[in-house]
Amino acid sequence: MEHPILFLVKLFEAIGFGDFAHHYPHVIYTWLIMLILIVLGIIATKGISIIPTKGQNVFELVLGGIEEFTVDVAGEEVRRFFPVLATVFIYIFVCNLSGLIPGFFPPTAAVNTTLSCALVVVPLTHIIGVMFHGAKYYKHFMGPIWWMSPIILPIELIGHAARILSLSIRLFGNMAGHELVLAILFLLAGAFFAPLPIMALGIFVSLVQAFVFFLLSTMYFSGAMEHAH
Amino acid sequence: MFKKLSCSTLGSAFLLFAMSTVAFAAGGETAIAGLKYFTVSVFAAGFGIAVAAFGGALGQGMGLKSAVEGIARNPESSGKVTVTMLIGLAMIESLVIYALVISLILIYAHPQSAGIAALFGAGH
Repeated sequence: MEHPILFLVKLFEAIGFGDFAHHYPHVIYTWLIMLILIVLGIIATKGISIIPTKGQNVFELVLGGIEEFTVDVAGEEVRRFFPVLATVFIYIFVCNLSGLIPGFFPPTAAVNTTLSCALVVVPLTHIIGVMFHGAKYYKHFMGPIWWMSPIILPIELIGHAARILSLSIRLFGNMAGHELVLAILFLLAGAFFAPLPIMALGIFVSLVQAFVFFLLSTMYFSGAMEHAH
Repeated sequence: MFKKLSCSTLGSAFLLFAMSTVAFAAGGETAIAGLKYFTVSVFAAGFGIAVAAFGGALGQGMGLKSAVEGIARNPESSGKVTVTMLIGLAMIESLVIYALVISLILIYAHPQSAGIAALFGAGH
């Protein structure tokens, strides 16, 4: 399967960093998404006022909605971690969507990007657990009955390690599989606009996968914050 | 009963195929043995994702059935039921995606890819 034509990679080739661009397209497109999101953030907070104007209204709607949903799911204490969760959600959603534009490679279709997102969220749950419970956080891994702890402790530890794997591979598999299907359909029947229904499905899948990552992170946070059994 | 005969012949043919690789000694026959190893890997990849898709479809169908019944019984809850159903479907789908990733690894990022590339270069 030949490599797809990616605009930013071509741009970097023209500058002279072709080798780097070919091996790490996900890094380059991550920079692009970062630039877009930072510019959006600056635009959103430029003329911030108590009575919101039109542009500010849109961003308040989006972020307010996410915050209300997060507090609904995980309780009041999650409000201080809402920035991390909302950033993860918006970043992954925009990354996923950018893959639908022809000539763009979604950074989340590389396992490095998704693994990095998971590696931020899962250690943060342990940090939150230690913050909220101190040394007694170990009771979360002991299970409900004390004499079953020797069996339950390895299972809990493996389960926590599996969270990193499952978060990263779920997102990576969805995005990389989608890219693969698009490439194959384009190869087979591109002249008949065959990839179009898959791209319509891709908008839905992008939103759902970003939302699932965000929701799972929220539930892991709330699980670390609540009292043990 | 469904066709148990075809299932067992398929299974025995597969076993014969796999075991014949052991019978080959070193030399020119390792090329054939190596290609058979890759063939078996691709075979496993195809069947893996097929079985995963079958199980995933069954699971998602059951979840969807309950969600639709819930909405039929109580149309006012359709918003919450729909959101919960979508989250559940994404969770079930992720298991199928794990199987897909393994199949893709077996075909495109095989752990023995260097040896297999050499065999394809030498054999054909």
